Amino acid sequence: MFSKDRWSEILEALSSNWFRTLLTAFGVIWGIFILVILLAASKGLENGVKSDFGDTATNTMFMWTQTVSKPYKGLPKGRRFRYRMGDVQAIKDNVPNLRFVSPRNQLGGFGGSNNVVRGLKTGAFNVYGDYPEIIQQQPMDITSGRFINYGDIKEKRKVAVIGEGVKTSMYDLGEEPIGTYIKINGVNFVVIGTYKKKSQGGDSEEDQKEIYVPFTAFSQAFNQGDRVGWMAITAEDGSSITQLKEQIFDVIKQRHTIHPEDDRAIGNFDLYQQYMRIEGLFTALTLIAYIVGSLVLISGIIGISNIMLIVVKERTQEIGIRRALGATPWSIRGQVLLESLFLTIISGMVGISFGGFIIYIINKVLESVGPVDMFANPSVNIGVVITALVILVISGLAAGLIPAQNAIKVRPVDALRTE
Amino acid sequence: MIEIKDLHKSYHMGNNSLHVLKGINFNVEDGEMVAIMGSSGSGKSTLLNILGMLDEADQGSYVLDNTHIKNLNEKLAARYRNRFLGFVFQSFNLISYKSALDNVAMPLYYQGVKRSKRTERAMSYLDKVGLRDWATHMPNELSGGQKQRVAIARALASDPKVLLADEPTGALDSKTSYEVMEIIQAINDEGKTILIVTHEDDIAHMCKRIVHLRDGVIIDDQRIDQVRVKEMTNV
Repeated sequence: MFSKDRWSEILEALSSNWFRTLLTAFGVIWGIFILVILLAASKGLENGVKSDFGDTATNTMFMWTQTVSKPYKGLPKGRRFRYRMGDVQAIKDNVPNLRFVSPRNQLGGFGGSNNVVRGLKTGAFNVYGDYPEIIQQQPMDITSGRFINYGDIKEKRKVAVIGEGVKTSMYDLGEEPIGTYIKINGVNFVVIGTYKKKSQGGDSEEDQKEIYVPFTAFSQAFNQGDRVGWMAITAEDGSSITQLKEQIFDVIKQRHTIHPEDDRAIGNFDLYQQYMRIEGLFTALTLIAYIVGSLVLISGIIGISNIMLIVVKERTQEIGIRRALGATPWSIRGQVLLESLFLTIISGMVGISFGGFIIYIINKVLESVGPVDMFANPSVNIGVVITALVILVISGLAAGLIPAQNAIKVRPVDALRTE
Repeated sequence: MIEIKDLHKSYHMGNNSLHVLKGINFNVEDGEMVAIMGSSGSGKSTLLNILGMLDEADQGSYVLDNTHIKNLNEKLAARYRNRFLGFVFQSFNLISYKSALDNVAMPLYYQGVKRSKRTERAMSYLDKVGLRDWATHMPNELSGGQKQRVAIARALASDPKVLLADEPTGALDSKTSYEVMEIIQAINDEGKTILIVTHEDDIAHMCKRIVHLRDGVIIDDQRIDQVRVKEMTNV
């Protein structure tokens, strides 16, 4: 089947009318090119949007308190309540499959006044009281020193990890911040590390201007007692926080005597839901890319099928001669099938290569102009390329099938009569 | 070599049925050279097509070299055609985009002969018809007589038992016709069985036996004194 003679026959047949072969091949080249480009574009968009999430643990929910909206057990509506440390333990005890339950407190905020002083320099920064797990929920790179650990929590050490943005505004160029003191709301903290967050987009500058201190030290220094401002809760991989959060709310409602159907008492931001929404969007987008690309590809393949029909028609007499000389039906069929397969695969590979080349160019341009919002690293993985090739092989065979059948349907004697 | 008994064949076109062969009985011995004659519509080409397994009879038996040719599937028919038969057509039927050599080598290709051996054997047959120097030429660079000689070389390449020629000289002028017939006679001299369909008297008389067909039956079957082309042109 794969003898040299077979191939030289195929090449002879295809090159005997090379312009027509080229035009036919173009249909498939174009189809597969569109498929590759569409998939790469949707991948690029996906990469771009997802990079805004950075390495953030996306299976995470943030939960804060609001005012109670329903009277319950003699308590009025409009009541305020606050989380306590006991709530954190209760959630951990009662709700399964949670990876992290991190209580957080916060100082400062958007447009806050200057709260940090160092020597003659002052600045307004967000100050968080946190547990060490937060670094896994909101990843950051420690550029020097270390992050908060459980020793700090236990001994309520007044230590702080500052962002690169804090460092540039509170320290002179080249000054080493580790071991120095900064005064937060009048309390001295020793700097033990600096961090840099990877996130990009609108918040990227704000993200570098934060200060992390141990939760326990925060509570003590700023008179929080066992109060908890808000919580960041991450579910285990494999279970979704969106499904677990109702259980968490139930625990809180019970502990704070809130009406079980009060939906407004607890505010939350479900990162996972947002993430899944985007995920769904891109699944749809990829699907559309596949459908559109495949349809364009199909029209190319129909072109091949069409040309093969014409080729068979043109060569009816030749096929008759070959059969008179002893060609078996399968050798005729195989010839037509191989021709169509060969044409499809070669043009498909050209299309894929061309698509790959264009993607390469786009990546080069993106690299040279720097990151673009919502678009990064358009690419198709090897799986897609293999899928495309499999589609090509199948469709190449399918394209040849009807013409091949036509070729042997003609009886040799009739074929020879055709002048 | 060939035994045919009570062969019938009809063609159906819509509601009309055309009974072309109406019971042909006919034997050919090894080494014979038979001309099949008849006016157009007499069924001579149909007979040749059935003999060539290009077409199938409706009824009757056909034995070729002790092999019953019956209920053939296409694959078997292709093999028999390849091993037993060589074809020469009126319109040459060379494959236009292949050189003379490749055309001659084609039956060997379908026999599965290796390339180098194929070329060698094809070359020797081309030599036999006097076209060694034209081996690399395309069919459209050859004259009609040359084309038919290539076709004869091709028919011989698979070393068939029987050579079937359908109006081999129909498209040639008389001079080249005689040249072609001279080659065919030479092949017959080597012992090959040959059947020629023709409507030209002079060509028929270059064979050893003439079978006349009319309206689907044999009306005359006689051995004749062969006219040798060589002697003719010498005269």
